[in-house]
Amino acid sequence: MEETSPPRSDHPVIALRGATASLGSRPVLRGVDLTVRAGEVVALLGANGSGKSTAVRSVIGQVPLTGGDLTLFGTPLRRFKEWHRVGYVPQRTTAAGGVPATVREIVTSGRLARSRFGLPRRADREAVHHALELVGMADRAKDSATALSGGQHQRVLIARALAVEPELLIMDEPMAGVDLASQEVLASALREQVARGTTVLLVLHELGPLEPLIDRAVVLRDGCVVHDGPPPEAVGQHALPGHDHVHPHADDTAPATLGTGLLS
Amino acid sequence: MEILTYAFMQRALIAALIVGITAPAIGIYLVQRRQSLMGDGIGHVALTGVGLGFLINSSSAWAGPVWIATFVAIAGSVAMELIRWYGKTRGDLALAMLFYGGMAGGVMLMNLSDAGSNANLSTYLFGSITTVSAQDMTAICVLAALVLAITVGLRRQLFAVCQDEEFARVTGLPVRLLNLLIAVTAAVTVTVAMRVVGLLLVSALMVIPVAAAQQISRSFAVTFALAVAIGIGVTVTGTATSYYVDVPSGATIVLFAIAVFVLFTLLAAPLARKRARAAAGGADGCTLEVPGSRAPADDVRV
Repeated sequence: MEETSPPRSDHPVIALRGATASLGSRPVLRGVDLTVRAGEVVALLGANGSGKSTAVRSVIGQVPLTGGDLTLFGTPLRRFKEWHRVGYVPQRTTAAGGVPATVREIVTSGRLARSRFGLPRRADREAVHHALELVGMADRAKDSATALSGGQHQRVLIARALAVEPELLIMDEPMAGVDLASQEVLASALREQVARGTTVLLVLHELGPLEPLIDRAVVLRDGCVVHDGPPPEAVGQHALPGHDHVHPHADDTAPATLGTGLLS
Repeated sequence: MEILTYAFMQRALIAALIVGITAPAIGIYLVQRRQSLMGDGIGHVALTGVGLGFLINSSSAWAGPVWIATFVAIAGSVAMELIRWYGKTRGDLALAMLFYGGMAGGVMLMNLSDAGSNANLSTYLFGSITTVSAQDMTAICVLAALVLAITVGLRRQLFAVCQDEEFARVTGLPVRLLNLLIAVTAAVTVTVAMRVVGLLLVSALMVIPVAAAQQISRSFAVTFALAVAIGIGVTVTGTATSYYVDVPSGATIVLFAIAVFVLFTLLAAPLARKRARAAAGGADGCTLEVPGSRAPADDVRV
């Protein structure tokens, strides 16, 4: 046991410095600095292809960095082993696989970061039930995942990440394709996590119903940080309640969209 | 039951039972990660191993065709797994190359050897359950125990890896190791099932019982149990049928499995309706009573 950092040390939870990464021959991150401190809720914003998904995937080691360095809870990623402190919600449209699985079976797999190769104990079952209650899916625990709606799939994926009782929650576009009712449920689940002191890093296409929870927004553009501070104010018509942000982003996005479409 | 008085039929039935358990047990993970045809690929590669076994033509138990086929199949499945990691772009072509190379290599080696003949080749391609020797039985039992220990003992971990590989990596599970384990286990299962259903039909026994079971099940656990039950059912009845009617065992087993699949598919629709009714539970008239629309107040003025 070498330097296991206590939960509330002065280490930042995520410290990404000068990160560069490329997909194929195209540079996607061109020197990104991102620091997330304990208890913060940070949103990564940006147009399609701005590198926000890649930045998050590099934080959890899914995309190798070609330069710069990264520490999680004060430990360099290469030596980081305490994955039970991290809950991850990948960008997915479905929670189902090639074989039927119940909602509980899928959420239970999120608990493996704690139980590993041991037998599941009572605490594991309780954590799974609690996670399902948090997202309002406890009554669907025995249902097959294939019978769920889009928003419910997303709720299951989030429950799977919460089952491990993480100190850091990383979510990649959790609101994509989710109806308003599910968005409200997810926002309240997230509010509860934040109240318990969970650190959150989430990728968003727009702030939406999560806006009041967000401490800081980091805006990426072409793999560079162009804003790091309080969430940008929506202006004009964009600020109206119920405004749906659907127009395509101009010029620089076209080639980039092609690039991330393959990997995100 | 005179069928049970012959030693060769006893061996055949036990071998069939073992294959009925192991093939769906590993097959469910391949289906879950949408690689249903991987068993087929390994079968083709294993043929090269069989050819090599005949070419070496050793009489020692540890160098017989079953063992050499096992080693070559393991090497082939590990190669497929490596291609999946490193050669994302043209992975399917590389796999196709491995399939056809394995098949061609097997036929070539078989013909080069003295003992190999077309008749011999076809017992491996299509199975010849009644020629399972006592020596083969030892190999089959040892390998099957290994397959069962892995597929049942590590079911939670394998489930997580096959359900969502990216997520599994973030839970800190040794995903690459578990993927290799699945590949090796599938290879071992192929060689276990080789004598019973033949290399060309092995994959059927890995996939069809799972496909049949998932027609009517909602959970992974039930699908697993049901697939193994179907596997046992079709292999044992198929083998017994081939004894009484003198038809090839492999083909009989696969056709029985397809019959079960069709039956379960037909059962699925009424079962789903029944479940939907139970779930609705007397919630008749869920459409809101809409009050009559208001009367138009005036003409449209411009």
